[in-house]
Amino acid sequence: MVAQNFRHALFCAFITLIISYPILGLNLEARGVSITLTGAETQTYVGIALAVVIVFLFQLFRPAIMETLGQVKAINPMINREPMPQEKRVKFERFALILIVLGAMFWPFIASRGAVDLATLVLIYIILGLGLNVVVGLAGLLDLGYVAFYAVGAYTFGLLFQYYGFSFWMSLPIGALLAATFGFVLGFPVLRLRGDYLAIVTLGFGEIIRILLNNLTDLTNGPDGIGGIPDPTLFGMEFGRRVKIEGNTSFHEVFNIPYDSAHKVIFLYLITLILAVFTLLVIRRLIRMPVGRSWEALREDEIAARSLGLSRTAVKLSAFTIGAFFAGFAGTIFASKQGFISPESFVFLESAIVLAIVVLGGMGSQLGVILAAIAVTILPELAREFSEYRMLVFGAAMVLMMVWRPQGLLPMTRVHINLKKQEAGVTDHA
Amino acid sequence: MLEVRDLSMRFGGLLAVDQVSLDVGEREIVSIIGPNGAGKTTVFNCISGFYRPSGGTITFKGRPIQGKPDYKISRMGMVRTFQHVRLFSRMTVVENLLVAQHRHLNTNLFAGLIKTPDYRKREEKSLERAAYWLERVGLMEMANRDAGNLAYGQQRRLEIARCMVTEPEVLMLDEPAAGLNPNETRELNELIVSLKEDYCVSVLLIEHDMSLVMGISDRINVINQGRPLACGTPEEIRTNDDVIKAYLGEE
Repeated sequence: MVAQNFRHALFCAFITLIISYPILGLNLEARGVSITLTGAETQTYVGIALAVVIVFLFQLFRPAIMETLGQVKAINPMINREPMPQEKRVKFERFALILIVLGAMFWPFIASRGAVDLATLVLIYIILGLGLNVVVGLAGLLDLGYVAFYAVGAYTFGLLFQYYGFSFWMSLPIGALLAATFGFVLGFPVLRLRGDYLAIVTLGFGEIIRILLNNLTDLTNGPDGIGGIPDPTLFGMEFGRRVKIEGNTSFHEVFNIPYDSAHKVIFLYLITLILAVFTLLVIRRLIRMPVGRSWEALREDEIAARSLGLSRTAVKLSAFTIGAFFAGFAGTIFASKQGFISPESFVFLESAIVLAIVVLGGMGSQLGVILAAIAVTILPELAREFSEYRMLVFGAAMVLMMVWRPQGLLPMTRVHINLKKQEAGVTDHA
Repeated sequence: MLEVRDLSMRFGGLLAVDQVSLDVGEREIVSIIGPNGAGKTTVFNCISGFYRPSGGTITFKGRPIQGKPDYKISRMGMVRTFQHVRLFSRMTVVENLLVAQHRHLNTNLFAGLIKTPDYRKREEKSLERAAYWLERVGLMEMANRDAGNLAYGQQRRLEIARCMVTEPEVLMLDEPAAGLNPNETRELNELIVSLKEDYCVSVLLIEHDMSLVMGISDRINVINQGRPLACGTPEEIRTNDDVIKAYLGEE
């Protein structure tokens, strides 16, 4: 037993060494035209050696360490706590959502300009997350190309502005509806597909849209993107220092207050907040409606759903279309916020991040999606110092989540439905 | 009500169902029995529209339905259960029953978003119907539990209730007694008879439990290796030499 442990520990230490030494201990340096291999500083070597020793010792005394850790777990007061009953959780979720929305309303008046700008981005991701939640979390259709609909929304605004001078408010519904149309059209070829196959097709679709945008140079200006996209206006009032579009007035002149560049950021934030709340409420209703239940039924058991008279076509297409609609929403806001869009903003990584938000949040849970969107957007900003390791930290967080909490931060709460007869029965008992 | 004539189903080179005919009249309980692999479930799948039959005709309420998509057939009033229980296991028991009433509900998106009176009325009605059937199959206490957490016998009952809330005219049960204890089987027996007597439903039944089949069937069809072997009342089947040799076994 001891000999086996020792051998195992030695092996692990060796693996640590051969992984860490080439990565950390060897550097390629460019001197003029030639590249030379140099060793790292002494402290790096000390670090590597230390790491090897730690791994060796940990593996050698692993059974003992694990036992102690097990005892620590036993004194954890949370471990024996009963999970919250369903009714309580529904109430808790509603309470938390109201609290978040209220907090978000006051945010721009207490936070700095940069923080408000970041919060706008968070809200965009919340809209995206809530929309993808319909497709992945509820209908169970793994969509890896969700960013395509986001791009459709953004480019609709960009192009309508560039060619026809459309404003934000005119483009918002058009962008969302066009994205929904794309969702509907994509829905058709993938009706029969499930799981892995569906994921691959949607992934391909996402790439097609991006590559099209990149290559339709005449129309979309290709990789150079579209610039000068206007900000939203408030009843014809602009938030810039000078009025850009004829016929508009400027906000600070109308109200006779000194110009402040923060006004624009705050206004955009508030609009995004309103749209995010709108998204939240609409999808919240949808989930409790027949269409929402049929999405879930299809996810749970497609054959049973069909045997009860649900049309697979209608259910899947509605999920795709509604999911895409909200992505179009988010895309229009994004275009307005950035003022500039190019295909580079709509790479696969964006789809992956939104998917991560849905999975981390707990498939189907709206509160979970919101919390995950906040975490996924803000954590990388907080961890700027480790910017090189950002994706590493991100990946590790995902792996740990999947190991320890595969159901996500907050698993979906089911609506508690009171039946009249049951209520009567309960009062009888009491 | 339901007429099946010369139904055939071919999978590649395998003729799984060969020239099977059967009739289900109004308020009749008709059973299909036969050894494992005889093609009983394939017949079910053809009738309910999961498979497109290779030959033969299926007529339901006077209209041909062979080759129609499954969801349309179920909307016409013929629903089925499955050999292995297929519930929406991460949804609650009530939700399972609500999903099944899809076609009775107002599925207009905008009606639901603004909760029109019609939407509310239908939603309420479907809840009442769900409550009624939960009471009927004795699952009222479980209404807000996840369907996947029910005991096996309860899941079976929920599956039947889920079919009944769609208000079908023909109910197809694929081995409803499988995995039930004798007590539960007796309850199931009573339930099926009551479906016929009190709710005017015709039942097409696949079952291996002979006491159940012989007790409640008006007629029995025996299938062996995809081919019809015999058809008749329970008494005729019990004494049929071919059936005894192929399936029931000699005493």
